[in-house]
Amino acid sequence: MDLNSIWFWLIAVLIIGYAILDGFDFGVGVLSLFGRDEKERRIHFNAIGPVWDGNEVWLITGGGALFAAFPIVYATVFSGFYLALMLLLTALIFRAVSFEFRNKVESPGWRRAWDFAFGFGSLLPAVLFGIAVGNILRGVPIDASGNFLGTFLGLLNPYSIGVGLLSLVLFTMHGSIYLATKSDGELRDRCQTWASHLWMEYLILYVIITVWTWLASPFLFEKSMSSPFFYIFMIVLFGAIVYLPVLLKAGKFNRAFFASSLAIAMMLGQMALSLYPRLVPSSIDLHYSLTIYNASSSPLTLQTMLVIALIGVPIVIAYSIFIHYVFRGKVEITEESY
Amino acid sequence: MDALFLARLQFAFTIGFHFLFPPISIGLAWLLVIMEGLGWRKGDEGYVRMGKFFGNLLALTFAVGVATGIVMEFQFGTNWALYSKFVGDIFGAPLAAEGIFAFFLESGFLGLYLFGRNKVSKAVHWFSILMVAVGATISAFWIIVANSWQQTPAGYVLRNGRAELTSFYDAVFNPSTVIRYLHTVDAALIAGAFFVAGIAAYLILKGKEVELAKRAMKIAVILGLITSLLELMPFGHEHARQVARTQPEKFAAIEGLYTTQSGAPLVFFAIPVVKPPELKAKIELSGLLSWMAFGDVNAQIKGINEFPAENIPPLWLTFVSFHNMVVLGLYFIGVTLYAYIQLRRKKLFETTWLLRLFIWSIPLPLAACQLGWIAAEVGRQPWIVYGLLRTSEAHSANVTAEEILFSIILFGLVYLLLGILYIYILVREVNHGPQSAKA
Repeated sequence: MDLNSIWFWLIAVLIIGYAILDGFDFGVGVLSLFGRDEKERRIHFNAIGPVWDGNEVWLITGGGALFAAFPIVYATVFSGFYLALMLLLTALIFRAVSFEFRNKVESPGWRRAWDFAFGFGSLLPAVLFGIAVGNILRGVPIDASGNFLGTFLGLLNPYSIGVGLLSLVLFTMHGSIYLATKSDGELRDRCQTWASHLWMEYLILYVIITVWTWLASPFLFEKSMSSPFFYIFMIVLFGAIVYLPVLLKAGKFNRAFFASSLAIAMMLGQMALSLYPRLVPSSIDLHYSLTIYNASSSPLTLQTMLVIALIGVPIVIAYSIFIHYVFRGKVEITEESY
Repeated sequence: MDALFLARLQFAFTIGFHFLFPPISIGLAWLLVIMEGLGWRKGDEGYVRMGKFFGNLLALTFAVGVATGIVMEFQFGTNWALYSKFVGDIFGAPLAAEGIFAFFLESGFLGLYLFGRNKVSKAVHWFSILMVAVGATISAFWIIVANSWQQTPAGYVLRNGRAELTSFYDAVFNPSTVIRYLHTVDAALIAGAFFVAGIAAYLILKGKEVELAKRAMKIAVILGLITSLLELMPFGHEHARQVARTQPEKFAAIEGLYTTQSGAPLVFFAIPVVKPPELKAKIELSGLLSWMAFGDVNAQIKGINEFPAENIPPLWLTFVSFHNMVVLGLYFIGVTLYAYIQLRRKKLFETTWLLRLFIWSIPLPLAACQLGWIAAEVGRQPWIVYGLLRTSEAHSANVTAEEILFSIILFGLVYLLLGILYIYILVREVNHGPQSAKA
């Protein structure tokens, strides 16, 4: 595997890590909109309170890694998706400050306002994540010299909105399973019911989107179906999807959470495999696509970055596991809580 | 209004707002390392309460810093696509390194610090605030690396229509990185010291938790004095000497040297006039600038007249921002020195006017940071990468003026709201005092 391919997969891993980790944050945020009372809503906030901003760093590092390894993609996609990104950033700003702002003033109106900021600041990114993925899978209008010719409304096509819905449902399911591991009593029971319902919706949407992808972007399947990984990912994905409701019913939420994490990883892994070696297919002509070769940094930069990643990432993973381990178990509302 | 102007306006505004928060976070984090360390080693409940109180304020500041920081990382791609394509081979690496080496550390351990007080041992808890401070400080390093490369690019070759890396070490440790880093981090420590000193002074005057506040104030005044002195000598001085050698146009602009001279004067005060560029009501000492920059009172220094008109930075803004920063820097030394003397004479806490002055001085180090940043960035114009790429050739060609105008209004409103709420909550928390501090 060459350096460019290694970086393709490293960025895929960063995006998958981000989707799994901030995915449950988004899900819990969306669910908080349905929290019944102050006590329940505080459990939502505190279920992700100590870990959410560590999770968001995956996005920041992913953005930095994309800039470093494939600057042409970073520049083209980010300027092309201008308004969508500005909305995403606004949503992330409101979500980020809602934790600190909410608990500082004890007025019901104030708290409700930040509940909405938290809820919609989670819902919007959950949808936009899917819309972005949808547009990449479908291909975006890139001309021969690598310029983006599309518009904001062009990004809101039915297929991409469909993928946006899929990601919303998937993250909300993922979040409700996470919340089930963090709560007990009535809230946990409700999380269990939500997760089961959302699983059904996810399954239906997944089938529709897969067929639609087949019709919209047949090029994705041309090469990837000859790779053994395509089938490995698919088998693991099916295993996770089928096993998930069984685990939910049995109340084995930690394992169910592992299964839904696996499902996210396998879905995105399969998408990455189908794109490879393209990063952004062109909908005008596939030959204009941005690939890991025509959009990359120089070999020296890729090599240097690899060294940085090999030193840094194991350390990050080690202390992240330690921190998640410290905060394992149910949420207890103490004087330290949000 | 054209897209380029709006893109510059948006960048200046969003980075300016963002840059209010990291200096407090960095400075406050190190002060908390001291406070929590004392609390842990001495087993003193007072320091623990102080830690909780200021830790709360750190969390608030950090949240706004993170929220506005993400915007910065995306903005190079959204608004400066041509720049990103030109420098991506070099500029992306420090941003990614910041994420991997610094930001994970900072945010992961901040959660542990804030919520883990009763879940981990005291040693691990202290270690967590240490890691927050270390992370924040490393974070500043990589950002300064990226920005310093724009000022004094090194370790690259122009190839394939872009700057490509030839030596990572040379790019990271380009001629301005180290001194600019020390200058900036020390400024953050000053900001943290004044933040704590001002709040402590307020608590003393209000008669809330006076004993606790006095201890906090003592630490802050001593740290403030040391860091303010270091900021002048050697950091500020050495940074100016580096600019004189590597960016002569910028040096001439900030010092107000409009014609080449040997025995160039140091201008202490002047009112700059724009057309023709000229300094009125000058107070200066001839030969001093030449001596400070090159160690020789007779050394010749290039004035603005030496450079082609298309390479000259805006003169008024660079001169004014630089000189006001210096004035503030001298003020920090003066006020902390006097406070330290009063502390030694055991009169500090009775000197009410000085305590009041400390309250009003909380925003001044932040103002100095902003002014210094303006001098650095505006002084680099018309280049976005000094000598290599002009700012006018760097923005996203496919983003329209209307789109940028929309995002400016959007961020303008959101940031205005954030700014108001931040101050509102800060004042509320301080008024509640350490007594009721949650972790």
